[in-house]
Amino acid sequence: MKILVAVKQVPDTATQVKISSDPKAIDTAGITWIVSPYDEFAIEEALRIKEKRGQGEVVAVTLGPDRAKETLRSALAMGCDRAIHVNDPALANADTMTTARALAAVVKQEAPQLVLCGRQAIDDDAGAVGAQLAEVLGWPCASWIMEETIDADAKTVRVGRQVEGGLEVFDIPLPAVLSAQKGLNEPRYPTLKGIMGAKKKEIKDVKASDLGLSSITPELSITALEALPARPPGRIIPGDVKDAVKELVRSLREDAKAI
Amino acid sequence: MKIFNEQHQMFRATVRSFVEKEIMPHVEEWETAGQMPRWIWPRMGELGLLGVEYDEKYGGGGSDFLTSAILHEECARSRSGSFAMAVGVHCDMASPHLYWTGSEALKEKYLPAMCRGEALTAIAVTEPGGGSDVAAIRTRAVRDGDHYVINGSKMFITNGATADVFFLAARVEAGSEGKRHQGISVFLVERTTPGFTVSRTLDKMGMRASDTAELSFQDMRVPVENLLGREGVGFYEVMRVFQRERLVAGLHAVAMADRAVADTIAYVRERQAFGGPLSDKQVIRHKLADLATQIEAGRWLTYAACAKFAAGEDCVREISMVKLFTAEMVNRVAYDCVQLHGGYGYMREYAVERFARDARLMTIGGGTSEIMRDIIAKAILP
Ligand SMILES: Cc1cc2nc3c(=O)[nH]c(=O)nc-3n(C[C@H](O)[C@H](O)[C@H](O)COP(=O)(O)OP(=O)(O)OC[C@H]3O[C@@H](n4cnc5c(N)ncnc54)[C@H](O)[C@@H]3O)c2cc1C
Repeated sequence: MKILVAVKQVPDTATQVKISSDPKAIDTAGITWIVSPYDEFAIEEALRIKEKRGQGEVVAVTLGPDRAKETLRSALAMGCDRAIHVNDPALANADTMTTARALAAVVKQEAPQLVLCGRQAIDDDAGAVGAQLAEVLGWPCASWIMEETIDADAKTVRVGRQVEGGLEVFDIPLPAVLSAQKGLNEPRYPTLKGIMGAKKKEIKDVKASDLGLSSITPELSITALEALPARPPGRIIPGDVKDAVKELVRSLREDAKAI
Repeated sequence: MKIFNEQHQMFRATVRSFVEKEIMPHVEEWETAGQMPRWIWPRMGELGLLGVEYDEKYGGGGSDFLTSAILHEECARSRSGSFAMAVGVHCDMASPHLYWTGSEALKEKYLPAMCRGEALTAIAVTEPGGGSDVAAIRTRAVRDGDHYVINGSKMFITNGATADVFFLAARVEAGSEGKRHQGISVFLVERTTPGFTVSRTLDKMGMRASDTAELSFQDMRVPVENLLGREGVGFYEVMRVFQRERLVAGLHAVAMADRAVADTIAYVRERQAFGGPLSDKQVIRHKLADLATQIEAGRWLTYAACAKFAAGEDCVREISMVKLFTAEMVNRVAYDCVQLHGGYGYMREYAVERFARDARLMTIGGGTSEIMRDIIAKAILP
């Protein structure tokens, strides 16, 4: 079974994001880039499906600038078989729909039986690409999955989606697009052997024209980015415990309206 | 200046995730228990973290010295000097004797289990009567047919109570006047060898999760094929592996200091005094600026020596400088980080308190600061 995993390179979760001199972009200087954590669940699940079935191919794909190749090499080090890098300046300002269209074009060329992605990329948190990709392809889609089982002849997949207080279970015909929620699995670390082996695996560079994408006009454009207001300082309530607790409860109720 | 490539960075990410997720949550528990559990070794083996430079045919990673350097930096970031030291000893102080001087048959027999983490190793050189003065060791190995019969004792042996395989330095002939460095050899000894005893586990000031033992050998028969390298030139081999050990100590010291200063910065930002966070006070800011500068100096001194060592150049002088400077530096950092934590820095529940105790070993273990100065002095004023 052939599986395509869509991954995105994002700033490390510990990054203190700053807005650049161009108010529509963040300042990327000094940022450490990582594979978006939800995408790691997707990679891990794809590898597990392949291992469980004893055969198959896992192809990682990303859309991004040159540096995004590191993300593909991480995916290869984890165990993906090969990778595709959609890298074209014409796609530099791709919105989620453009990204979905580009990925759909890759999917059509590769013809996998399953596409996995993370439930959202942790940079802009849109969480739209998975569903949009399914829509462009006309495939069924399940988002935020916590578990999956594919039947023996790879015709359907049973997925459990996270909903308030439990799981919602669906049977979906394949091919399909699934997006991974935290808890689906525990992603492996690339082993040294995997890291050394990743150098020898193929990363194919693809331009918009290779995908038959002619006119690329994003439907969304960023007007401006605004920083969050600075967090007000904490407050320490002095006095003996009994009075302090009373004041704490009053303050939580009346000032913060938290309880 | 960039010394690590993308592959190195990926390896760093793997070790960092492993250390943060699987080691750091247990550090306090292991300190209290005075030992580390056995599972860490096979787990590290599975991730390819043991034997990163060894040839793949022995189960190693086939990678380079800078990969080892990253392993040790990341282990030392765990806030557990003990963990870093145990890994350092297994990977870069003990098993290198086998890899660099052992026969093909011995390597095939033992290296795969060492890389998988099934066989833990220790290096036994120091004796009650000789630490700095390696040539003063008195443990004797006397040839008897197909065996050497070994009698003697060893002191302060890291992983001593838990290791499966020991690299043991012993005298094959009594050193004569003026030739006291000759006549020493290194033997591979299995802990199950009759006559091998762990006399006691030692109670220490710091590095408390690492086991340190005193060993004794009584008519212990070791097969002749377990002699590493050529008979009688072991002293020089021990000295060569010491270079690696001292670089690892430098990497440890810098990474420990770096972590402690990061923790201290977080602390002084939170701690309020005289109407504001401590981090607003100029004295404190300047102190931290000094510490960060010393760490940076230590880091680049170490990296420069790592690059020379990796290139196979002679760098005994540089490595001795690394060991001296970083060991003294990490202790200055420890003193100041405790100071900046105030009373909390003196309390067991703060990692900085353990750091100060762990760091204290750095000017003693693996060659004292005085011995480092001696080596440097010999090089610059022969
Ligand atoms: C926790 C711990 C773990 C250890 N692990 C190991 C291990 O795994 N394997 C192993 O073989 N050893 C190990 N050691 C031993 C360590 O390497 C020695 O303690 C160290 O080399 C110093 O030797 P010593 O203790 O005999 O001190 P000594 O050599 O007796 O030194 C005492 C003092 O005298 C100074 N001194 C000595 N000679 C001179 C000189 N010529 N000029 C000026 N000053 C001098 C020293 O610098 C020191 O300050 C460990 C030690 C500790 C504490």
